[in-house]
Amino acid sequence: MASGEEDGTVEEKETNNKKRTKGAIATAWLTFYNIAMTAGWLVLAVAMVRYYLQKGTHKGLYRNIARTLKFFQTFALLEVGHCAIGMYCILKCYISISLQIYKEISRYYFWCAKGIVRTSVIVTGVQVCSRIFMVWFVTNSIRQIQNEESVILFVVVWTITEITRYSFYTFNLLNHLPYFIKWARYNMFIVMYPLGVIGELLTIHASLPYVRRSGMYSLRLPNKYNVSFDYYYFLIIVMLSYIPLFPQLYFHMLRQRRRVLHGEIVVEKDE
Amino acid sequence: MDTLALEATQPKKAQNGALVLLPGPPIPAKRKPAKKTKKAVVFFEVEILDAKTKDKLCFLDKVEPNATIGEIKSMFHKSHPQWYPARQSIRLDPKGKSLKDEDVLQHLPVGTTATFYFRDLGAQISWVTVFLTEYAGPLLIYLMFYFRVPFIYVPKYDFTTSKHWVVHLACMCHSFHYVKRLLETLFVHRFSHGTMPLRNIFKNCTYYWGFAAWMAYYINHPLYTPPTYGEQQIRLALTVFLFCQIGNFSIHIALRNLRPPGSKTRKIPYPTKNPFTWIFLLVSCPNYTYELGSWLGFTLMTQCLPVAAFTLVGFIQMTVWAKGKHRSYLKEFRDYPTLRSPILPFIL
Repeated sequence: MASGEEDGTVEEKETNNKKRTKGAIATAWLTFYNIAMTAGWLVLAVAMVRYYLQKGTHKGLYRNIARTLKFFQTFALLEVGHCAIGMYCILKCYISISLQIYKEISRYYFWCAKGIVRTSVIVTGVQVCSRIFMVWFVTNSIRQIQNEESVILFVVVWTITEITRYSFYTFNLLNHLPYFIKWARYNMFIVMYPLGVIGELLTIHASLPYVRRSGMYSLRLPNKYNVSFDYYYFLIIVMLSYIPLFPQLYFHMLRQRRRVLHGEIVVEKDE
Repeated sequence: MDTLALEATQPKKAQNGALVLLPGPPIPAKRKPAKKTKKAVVFFEVEILDAKTKDKLCFLDKVEPNATIGEIKSMFHKSHPQWYPARQSIRLDPKGKSLKDEDVLQHLPVGTTATFYFRDLGAQISWVTVFLTEYAGPLLIYLMFYFRVPFIYVPKYDFTTSKHWVVHLACMCHSFHYVKRLLETLFVHRFSHGTMPLRNIFKNCTYYWGFAAWMAYYINHPLYTPPTYGEQQIRLALTVFLFCQIGNFSIHIALRNLRPPGSKTRKIPYPTKNPFTWIFLLVSCPNYTYELGSWLGFTLMTQCLPVAAFTLVGFIQMTVWAKGKHRSYLKEFRDYPTLRSPILPFIL
């Protein structure tokens, strides 16, 4: 890499220009994306509050907001793409044919290597996947549980968390971040995360009897391909997987919080 | 120069890490009387620092210039007994590549006082141990399902056998495959590295044992459905399976013969008189090609989706390994045959 930097200032300038244009497009897209998502979840929040004020009960609330919720939650799949774009570039140069081309591409994509958003693909992937799974494969498919309190619990938690998160990203991209948004993003999760997990687990637990009775999404023996799948046991495994996964995500957020909120203070002291 | 020559002829006292070793294959550190030589020997001093904290961990003086990294690792082990040589990664640069055990001190780009950086690789376990454990598991687990040991299937099927002959055939093939692998690990393979990190054994065993259990459950299930095309399909599958097993074994023998016992030399493999090795003309890692073929045969024989899944995952992993091996062959040998592909002829 060192020799690459000495190679030519002309090349450096070219790469920097490429970096700048790539940076501008990526920033513009991300800003639009985050504003859209903030707006979407705000709409959801408003709809929920209005429904509750009008009807006085949470029964039927899920049906009311279902379509909007599904749309915006599924849209979040793009976020995995934002982190993954960098990895795809690395993969492309990894597979390239000759060492010559590899050197060329690696210089060009070195910037891409960080991804346009600095989050691990795996962490974002796990979070988005669990959300999609809840929305499409639990609450959407199993009608009988849609009026459960646990559903409202996790939907409310998600709404608050997402509005904070997306407005944080938006303001960050516009380089004008009010402290209270940053405070909210890095402190509210401490309560919201566990509450959300409780809501999700209670919902899955509530759905178990209906899944067992209907035998939905299941494949029984005997069949031509000699395989079977039991959605009931699959849901139980999903519930158990929260045990190793949730602490990892939670501590990841705590570590980020320490770095962002307290890291700054340390730097100032040094200077 | 004279004082150094004088030192060489005097008997050495045992000092922390200081050794006088004759040039030759690495031997365990022993105190030897200084060799009587009239030639002036320039001794090296070796300083070993921690790669992360840059703390000075060890200082070795009067190191022979033709001492190898392996010998230095043994010396380092004496002062830090918790870090046995297999666990040590010695490098010239804290973020650089690890030096090989065979590298000789005086041929490295260091002055007479060499500074090395040390990184702990963590607890290590020998490759042979890992291979034996990961292959013995599937062998036993499959047999447990085959004999329908209690608590797996409905109790009325305990200790019964399947009425389909393909199930018996599948058991024989699966067991043969893993017995072959165990015997190859013990008698055929010559490993480049002695050890791998300890956590690998858990990861590898979970993979092999987990998949073996998943496959065996369905193949030996009382409600198993034999292949759609019956005897034709099974016969074809068996032929493919046996062909690839023999091929895989031939390749392992050919690779073993490339390397004299105890050495770690690397040479380009070429086709031999054995027709099964002629695939070397087209492929860098034919052992993986034949392995894929064997599992495709087994999938066809059992017509079982979990087996197909296992084949697919194995194929992906072997492709990654084959590409890496192919790339290192290209890097190491200028005259490497250009017709060869990593794993699938002309395709991958």
